[in-house]
Amino acid sequence: MFSLDTIVQGLLLGGLYALFAAGLSLVFGIMRLVNLAHGDLIVLGAYLILGLGTVTGMNPFVAALIAMPLMFALGWLLQTRLLNRVLGEDILPPLLVTFGLSVVIQNGLLAAFTADSRKLAAGPVESASVAVGPVQMGVMPVMSLATAVAVILGLNLLFYRTALGRAFRATSDDAVTAQLMGIRPQRIFAMATGIALVVAAIAALYLGTRANFDPSIGPARLLYAFEAVIIGGLGSLWGTLAGGVVIGLAQTMGAAINPEWQILAGHVAFVLILMVRPRGLFPRAID
Amino acid sequence: MMKTSFPAYRPLALAVLCAAALALVPLIGPRAVVQDLFGILCLLVLALNWNMLAGFAGLVSVGQQAFVGIGAYTMFAAVILFGLDPLAGVLLGGLVAMALAVPVACFVFRLNGAYFAIGTWVAAEIARLGLGQWKALGGGTGTSLPKGTTRDMLGVGPVKEWLGVSSAAASDILLYWLALGLVLVTLGVSWAFLRSRMGLGLQAIRDNAMAARAVGVDPVRLKALVFLLTAFGTGLCGGLLFIQITRITPDAAFSLLDWTAFVLFVVVIGGIGTLPGPIVGVVVFYALERLLSDYGSAYLIVLGLFGIAVMLFARRGLWGSLSGRTGLELLPLGHRAPASASAVRP
Amino acid sequence: MSEPILSVSGLTAHYGDFQALFGVDVALEQGEVVAIIGANGAGKTTLMRAITGIARISAGRVRLDGRDITGTAAPGILMAGIAMVPEGRRLFPSLSVEENLLIGAHARRAAGHWNLESVYRLFPALRERRHHPGTALSGGQQQMVAIGRALMSNPRVLLCDELSLGLAPVVIREIYAAFPEIRASGASIVVIEQDVGQALKVADYVHCMMEGRITLSGRPGDLSRDAIHDAYFGATH
Repeated sequence: MFSLDTIVQGLLLGGLYALFAAGLSLVFGIMRLVNLAHGDLIVLGAYLILGLGTVTGMNPFVAALIAMPLMFALGWLLQTRLLNRVLGEDILPPLLVTFGLSVVIQNGLLAAFTADSRKLAAGPVESASVAVGPVQMGVMPVMSLATAVAVILGLNLLFYRTALGRAFRATSDDAVTAQLMGIRPQRIFAMATGIALVVAAIAALYLGTRANFDPSIGPARLLYAFEAVIIGGLGSLWGTLAGGVVIGLAQTMGAAINPEWQILAGHVAFVLILMVRPRGLFPRAID
Repeated sequence: MMKTSFPAYRPLALAVLCAAALALVPLIGPRAVVQDLFGILCLLVLALNWNMLAGFAGLVSVGQQAFVGIGAYTMFAAVILFGLDPLAGVLLGGLVAMALAVPVACFVFRLNGAYFAIGTWVAAEIARLGLGQWKALGGGTGTSLPKGTTRDMLGVGPVKEWLGVSSAAASDILLYWLALGLVLVTLGVSWAFLRSRMGLGLQAIRDNAMAARAVGVDPVRLKALVFLLTAFGTGLCGGLLFIQITRITPDAAFSLLDWTAFVLFVVVIGGIGTLPGPIVGVVVFYALERLLSDYGSAYLIVLGLFGIAVMLFARRGLWGSLSGRTGLELLPLGHRAPASASAVRP
Repeated sequence: MSEPILSVSGLTAHYGDFQALFGVDVALEQGEVVAIIGANGAGKTTLMRAITGIARISAGRVRLDGRDITGTAAPGILMAGIAMVPEGRRLFPSLSVEENLLIGAHARRAAGHWNLESVYRLFPALRERRHHPGTALSGGQQQMVAIGRALMSNPRVLLCDELSLGLAPVVIREIYAAFPEIRASGASIVVIEQDVGQALKVADYVHCMMEGRITLSGRPGDLSRDAIHDAYFGATH
């Protein structure tokens, strides 16, 4: 029904969406924070890489390495100065604060960089492709899927094999009892958001090298990312990868039938899956 | 502190006075002001509806643009495909929005909290992309109302003769009055609903779902009712808005920024979960827009920061803080606004 | 008499408008076990929560080894050397038994007797189940994990809230059998108990609470059954 090529392209696109979603999944899983500014923070990361590259003339891959600690610091500040103050039983305050942040970032970028489309120039690797059997695969899409798998693997190791990950899980389970263990939840949350923005910087690198971007594209990317997180199930990082792949596959399959149906098909797949499994495919944490 | 609650007729008298003053604006004000205020009144209708949804029923939707767009597209379809009067199209738009709210509810009511919010957004995106496929209405690039549609609209003739103005001005004035009427009806219905048994049940659910269930309030049915009614109001407003705009595209009709983000900020800044809150919010919004209109996107940045500041420092919004501090109550509902939540989840 | 390791004086606490503690005084000497008994709602758990910085203190002082720690937030209290076994055990469901123990030493890594090895020696049943989720264990074993988790920080004071709640008598005996070794490690202990007999058996000193006040204090041998009954339920005769 669908060509092998369509399925491979969907898989690769899913990798990109999983990259958008990984940081979101981490934050959502640990503190149930719905960060509506995550997409705009990725776009901000792309502009940061662009700016670093323009000023110093370095390759975007090198610039991303410098952007990562900067984004970590931004995440830390954002969480300690702003988001920790509005986390609570009521989901409305964090929702509104991140929504406000989204509008501020979008329009700040618009004022600083205009609405013009930009792109990160990665050099000849952009157009390179490899043939695997009958299927031609772009090197960049393959790299983004490989990076997504590596990021999820890394986050899983962090989450399940380190003392910090233990503290993440304990705080997520029961923040009051975690404090009895000497853990400061506010600091744990700041660490989580910092790491999420490091992942956002990696996502920004692929966002900017694979296609054009402008200040307004954040919310759409956020929506794909959220769909991936929710399809995967709260707190499951591998689930998020699976969710990204589901959205990617649905989009390329939809596009194969009618190019105008690409985005629509992704959303419809999301609705269908949630109708059957309201908590996603692999729910780990309890909501 | 003693609550200095006004006797019931006092706020009513004040409302009648304000409404009368607003109704007279087109007789003296220039056309640009009428058009501007029309937009503001429509924003207020959307805000009143979202406030009912999020502030009273606890349904935090970020997808209300779905119903604006559906209302607008229905009105366009009624005019272009069926040759109906635009105002009939508006009414139809409200009804279709309410009807389509049923399948949307079937989906999003299965989701909780944050999932609900994302679910409503996805539903709105599906509506936007789906209507972009409707070639008879221009597909993704959209279409315009046929020339003369507003000139021939029901009621434009009498207004034109009565006030001695051009057809275009008469249509603006008529739309303005309709928007004002929609504000008053929405406000009145909201007030009556919230003071009714069902409304009190709704507020009981917001404060404590378990207790409310124990005394026999069915939260899902009540919330679904509010969801459908606000979809109707939002759909009507969408139809009205796009008669004046005269041109429709999926992106404009289903704009997250215009029909949901602004609305959220208006309600939050004014005071969520209070009836006068959206009114205060819309006034602040209008003032900000005027003040910063020369600075382009700076206006949106200020709006975003204002919204964030309210969440940090005055969670009950301007009206909520004011009435909390002074004990002043307009449109009293016999309940209190929600207390601010603690900083850290217990 | 030397300075007590933990002293609570005039402690008052509220839950909203409700006053839960009315000027409570408790002292714990180095190496001692103090038991606090009383009916449900007497204020025992609030006292623990106030000491550990979870509940806000309205008035009064908490001192650890002479140092004023009143109003310190919960993580700071742990760092100062007070660990708690909370009521209902409250193990972390996403963590295995061993991870639950390790998280006890996450912030405070004081030198001392307690580490994974010594906790497994104290409660051998936990060693073979160390990779199971903490919450998959029986109630008694979960209680052992909760005690072990608190010990991992090598606390100077161990607070135990309702250790015997919901457990069979044989399991309760098994858990209290660990007390001599815990005392020998240098930790002083406060236990909250509804089981008066158990409290009298294990404690050097007993306080009885009713309606947020201490109504009776003394060494177990010095307290008559009638006096305890009155202090527990209020004088009825």
